[in-house]
Amino acid sequence: MEFLTDIALLLDSTIRTATPLVLAGLAGLVAERSGIVDIGLEGKMLAAAFAAAAAAAVTGNPWAGMLAGVLASMFLALIHGYVSIAQRGNQIVSGMAINIAVAGLAPTLANFWFHQGGQTPLLGDDARFSAIVLPFAQSAESVPIVGTIYAEILSGHNFITYLTVAVIPLVAWMLYRTSFGLRLRAVGENPEAVDTAGISVTKLRYQAVLIGGMLCGLSGVVLSTGMGAGFIRDMSAGKGYLALAAMIFGRWKPVPTLLACLLFGFVDALQGRLQGEDLPLVGEIPVQFTIMLPYVLTVLILAIFAGRMDAPKASGIPYEKDH
Amino acid sequence: MEQPFAIETRGLSKHFGDVRANDELSLIIPKGTVHGIVGENGAGKSTLLKMLFGFYRPDGGEVLVDGVSVQFQNPMDAMGKGIGMVHQHFMLVEPFTILENIILGAEGSSDLKAAKAKARAELRELEEKFGFDLPFDEPVERLSVGVRQRAEILKALYRGAETLILDEPTAVLTPQETEQLFGLVRQLKAQGKTVLFVTHKLNEIMAITDDVTVMRAGKVVAVRKTNETSAGELAELMVGAKVARAKSREETGEHKVRLSLDSVSANGDRGHAALKSVSLEVRDGEVLGIAGVAGNGQTELLEVITGLRSVSEGTLRYDGNVIANAAMMTDPITLRRMGMAHVAEDRLKTGVVDSMSARENAILGYQREADFSARGLLKLKDIAARAAAYFESQDVRPRNPNLPIASFSGGNQQKLVIAREIARDPQLMIIGQPTRGVDIGAVTKIHDQITELRNKGKAILVVSADLDELLAISDRIAVMCEGEVVGTLKVEDADEQTLGLMMAGEKRKVG
Repeated sequence: MEFLTDIALLLDSTIRTATPLVLAGLAGLVAERSGIVDIGLEGKMLAAAFAAAAAAAVTGNPWAGMLAGVLASMFLALIHGYVSIAQRGNQIVSGMAINIAVAGLAPTLANFWFHQGGQTPLLGDDARFSAIVLPFAQSAESVPIVGTIYAEILSGHNFITYLTVAVIPLVAWMLYRTSFGLRLRAVGENPEAVDTAGISVTKLRYQAVLIGGMLCGLSGVVLSTGMGAGFIRDMSAGKGYLALAAMIFGRWKPVPTLLACLLFGFVDALQGRLQGEDLPLVGEIPVQFTIMLPYVLTVLILAIFAGRMDAPKASGIPYEKDH
Repeated sequence: MEQPFAIETRGLSKHFGDVRANDELSLIIPKGTVHGIVGENGAGKSTLLKMLFGFYRPDGGEVLVDGVSVQFQNPMDAMGKGIGMVHQHFMLVEPFTILENIILGAEGSSDLKAAKAKARAELRELEEKFGFDLPFDEPVERLSVGVRQRAEILKALYRGAETLILDEPTAVLTPQETEQLFGLVRQLKAQGKTVLFVTHKLNEIMAITDDVTVMRAGKVVAVRKTNETSAGELAELMVGAKVARAKSREETGEHKVRLSLDSVSANGDRGHAALKSVSLEVRDGEVLGIAGVAGNGQTELLEVITGLRSVSEGTLRYDGNVIANAAMMTDPITLRRMGMAHVAEDRLKTGVVDSMSARENAILGYQREADFSARGLLKLKDIAARAAAYFESQDVRPRNPNLPIASFSGGNQQKLVIAREIARDPQLMIIGQPTRGVDIGAVTKIHDQITELRNKGKAILVVSADLDELLAISDRIAVMCEGEVVGTLKVEDADEQTLGLMMAGEKRKVG
């Protein structure tokens, strides 16, 4: 029975760690499907984490935190959009600039406002999105297997994780079932076709970038006010890049991207479990190696799959009328 | 009142900097006709089309649709007036199905499912009327070029096109697909649509159009009823007459075969047969001109000779040594060391690097030679001196080798490229379009230079779209049509009429 509980805890932790990855992965997916490469996910996530924690700390209200986080991320997305769409700048440079700027700016502002060495104050339970225990979870615990799954794995997550469960089909529906989605996918493949059909390439791409900014903002919000209880320096820890890798592994499609994020989440949860454990044959693995796991997996996946031709064809290429 | 025309332009002009891409174009296209527009590359056809469907705004003149003056701000406006465009490069989203491509931007509902259902019903009517039979739910990327093109045409009709502009519609089609397209065009005409058929293939103009407008250098040079003209006359009108006075040719004595092609075939970029069993010889002390309407294999011929394209059959020899056959090819550097120089046809694409300075471009391709580098380091002073010498000898202006090459005019760029290529004293010169985009003054100088090289006993092959140029500088002229050499004439026996007929594939001659 202990083994089963271990598995249940592992899966529970997978869902928790996968939440920001899924949100950021979908953010990247929407942006890239419109032809805008979004390597600035990391920076936007971190900015949203900081803004959310700061606003929640000041107001004591997690919803104020969510609003601030999402707005911060959308603001950065707008800058990225302006550089990539209006100014036809290099999208990688713009994205990296956002990442680097936020990595320095967030702790600096935190220090300036809160004087806690670059962190925000610890959030009380009222100021963050704490675990929601689903109805009947307590009583269901006694039912074998089904009850365990319900109580241990599905119940007890924060609001944003449940929101994410709703966001996934919403994004897929938008992309594949609406005319807006058709146009958005078209503009990432062949903007000229969209332009000659009389639709504004610029407007579509701004819309996509802003939707991406919103989703990415939520991923930051969950980091500092859902999973954590405040902002700490570099708390995104490369999750933006992981999400990007998951999106590539997921071939720029919502469901495969979700699965890739869950895989990354699982590996991350696994490495947490493995820390300090004595494994048969190998003994105890140094913690530095276990922490490496998700990143090693990213490198491997990208090395194997990055060269494939599934990327939106116009991704990363500024649209210029007539050439 | 007379019946208004489908499209009329009055004094339509468009400039790009100093270049008059379209100069006072007046054009009349009666309703319900198939109207051809012919002209060489760079004659201004694309610019005209882009103004007609709202992609460019004219600098002067006006466009009238159904007798009413219109001002298109964008392609939507043109579509609103019933002008549909089928681009040479299709405007299709490849992973999308035909249906999705057709409704893109004209969905009529935010719910995709409803939009598709509505479109499907309307398309069925159009299909019946015009005789389409398209696999609506197949992704475009899996379909042949011909089917894609019909999808584009249907897309335009779905958006209410009364006048269809087809830009080089057969450039990418097989002969069978071309026949099918012609059938569709006739059907469109029968249903009262107007078709603007833009091409540089004369036999197609003769086959499908009612009237034809010939463009050259941004102007309309002639309008003809198709049944009152001939491919020969059109070819002549297209290439036109240009001032050209070549240096006198001297007797050059012993003629050794420098380059020979023996039944050489090669595939083009799209896998089609671009060269079909081409046999040619270029001798020392002669200029062999290659004539033909653009796109009949001349580009591939240049590429095969200069080591840029592999051959599928046949043999190329340089000075008697095999340089390429179906099993091997020689790379451009080696060819260059053997004594072949190449003035590329598409200067900006393969002749120069446009963001680099004229000084750097002056030695491009020769940078590894001992004159310009030692132990992997460039000899900057020597390079600067050489560039300055070229500028002086060729009278390149402005006299500043440090400017990027792109800021020089076409003629000055070409003079520099030619200086670079003849500097090594090559035995064989391969020259593509020696005077394309070159001002008249520089044309004469370049022609004189070519003749001078010939008089020194060099072997020279020149591909040109300009017949007068070829007549002025060549000893012999080979004519290409549809990948074949249809004949070779001594320049004494050649005139524009004969060459025009041969270019149109109507006459063969072996000389």
